[in-house]
Amino acid sequence: MAGFGRRKFWWRIASHLLLIPFLVFALFPFYHMALTSLKTDRELYDRNAVPLLIRQGPTLEHYTKLLWETAFLTWTKNSLLITILATALSVVVGTLAAYALARLRFFGVSSFGTGIFVTYLVPTSLLFLPLAQVVNWLGLADSKWALVVTYPTFLVPFCTWLLMGYFRTVPKEIEESAMVDGATRVQALMRIILPIAIPGLVCAVLFAFTLSWNEFIYALTFTSSSDEITSSVGITTELIRGDIYFWGSLMAGAVLGSVPIVILYVFFLDYYVSGLTAGAVK
Amino acid sequence: MAVGGIRVATASPRAGLTGRVRELFDREGVLGPLFVTPALIILLLLVAYPFAMALYFALSNAFIGRPSHLVGLRNFINLWDSDAFRQTFQNAFVFTGIAVAFKVVLGISLALLLNQQLWFKRMIRGAVLLPWVIPTALSTLGWWWMFNSLYSVVNWTGIALGIMDPPGPNWLGQKYYAMAAVVTVNVWRGLPFFAITILAGLVAIPKELYEAAEADGAGAVSRFWYVTLPLLKGVLAIVVLFSTIFTFSDFNIVYVLTHGGPINSTHLFATLARQIGLETGRIGEGAAISLYLFPVLVLVVWAQLRFVRKQAY
Repeated sequence: MAGFGRRKFWWRIASHLLLIPFLVFALFPFYHMALTSLKTDRELYDRNAVPLLIRQGPTLEHYTKLLWETAFLTWTKNSLLITILATALSVVVGTLAAYALARLRFFGVSSFGTGIFVTYLVPTSLLFLPLAQVVNWLGLADSKWALVVTYPTFLVPFCTWLLMGYFRTVPKEIEESAMVDGATRVQALMRIILPIAIPGLVCAVLFAFTLSWNEFIYALTFTSSSDEITSSVGITTELIRGDIYFWGSLMAGAVLGSVPIVILYVFFLDYYVSGLTAGAVK
Repeated sequence: MAVGGIRVATASPRAGLTGRVRELFDREGVLGPLFVTPALIILLLLVAYPFAMALYFALSNAFIGRPSHLVGLRNFINLWDSDAFRQTFQNAFVFTGIAVAFKVVLGISLALLLNQQLWFKRMIRGAVLLPWVIPTALSTLGWWWMFNSLYSVVNWTGIALGIMDPPGPNWLGQKYYAMAAVVTVNVWRGLPFFAITILAGLVAIPKELYEAAEADGAGAVSRFWYVTLPLLKGVLAIVVLFSTIFTFSDFNIVYVLTHGGPINSTHLFATLARQIGLETGRIGEGAAISLYLFPVLVLVVWAQLRFVRKQAY
């Protein structure tokens, strides 16, 4: 028995050791990004310096340059506005559609369900060219509102699919008993189903927020002027001019542009894990 | 009796307009269509309609700011005369095949490790999932710097460990190295999805099956081969199908890392479509390139509906 326990212990150590290469692979790019953003230019472009460490003292000059000499704050504001509006719109629309799909029987419900599932799988890179024309016709060319309008095309199917799974886990009897007591369907949805499905709603909000914050191809295609672009687009286009790259500021931008997602991620890690598996496995 | 009477009154259909409206909204045939209408409008206006436009563009000689007319399948056929397109077509399959294969093998290994007894379980999972939640365009910038021709930290480490001869490969400037770089970043970014989803599949396998197999004298390898893998088949199928479509249609990584270069050797359909359709203005041709993604999408959707989601719709 003692031998068995020891074997288990060593197996545990071995599992941790085997995980190290995976963890280095996953985390090193972030470490290197943060490190670069804190180095002085002199050390950064010294080919004899060790790139894995800071030897000449950290500096915030790249961050101050980014914040005060570029439109980074405007891009971040744009990103926040677009993300919050697109998320709110998509979660509301997705909740209604998901409830209908999970609970109601009506003409065309199954083809609508298939439609949602198919659009869930349509990659954004398939339709960005004609969608740019639609955006022009709507009078939203080079406007952040173009993104508020188009992000729901991938957020609504996602939210609907995710929430439908959660709604189905709520026992029908609870809802029915509320309706026997005189509540309407809408009241039962608002007071019974939604409170039970809060973890699902949190998941939907988190993923919708993350997906819109991270969206790139629509933002790159539909907006271009410095007042309208998102942080990802601003950092990858406006900070790269000609052949001279300011690697320090570029990496500072990559770090700061990820901050909102990192904050959410730290607080809601478990929701990310469960949402990721729910989206695919359910 | 009075109390009972009131109760009956609330449960029975109310008289008056509000009562009738309430009753109408309680009907599934009314509430259902009402609830799906907003989603339906978005999908019709911004997915179905652009798709129809994509078809029209692809069949026409559309050019930005010029009237266009239909030219039949000429765009689809003419593309085969273009070296850039033929190269892209090949790249797309090489890129997707290699990246998905790596993600499957590494994903299963990582999931098996994450399924062991670990001390910092939550922290380790958090670290593993991180590449998946950070904006791809931004993290790819970090990789771009790591593959820089003069200051590559990858080469510095390789040389320091004695694996590479100085100065090491020019990752983004040489054909095969550039493809290797693009695949690496895609695997890095997609691995968490594989690992975490497969892990969920592993957790769902009943412990009794392993105990029974062990009692029958099965070793670790045969337990994996005869218990784990067969029971993971469903989850693996979903993950691979999902990943295939999103790897095949990848844009961000290639756009930021190589812009499709050197000499088109890393272009994918999405990046070439953007270059042809927007940067040179030939929308018709660009739309036709995008639509080459469509057969793969159809195949994946068909497989998902046919094999994976038998019960749903």
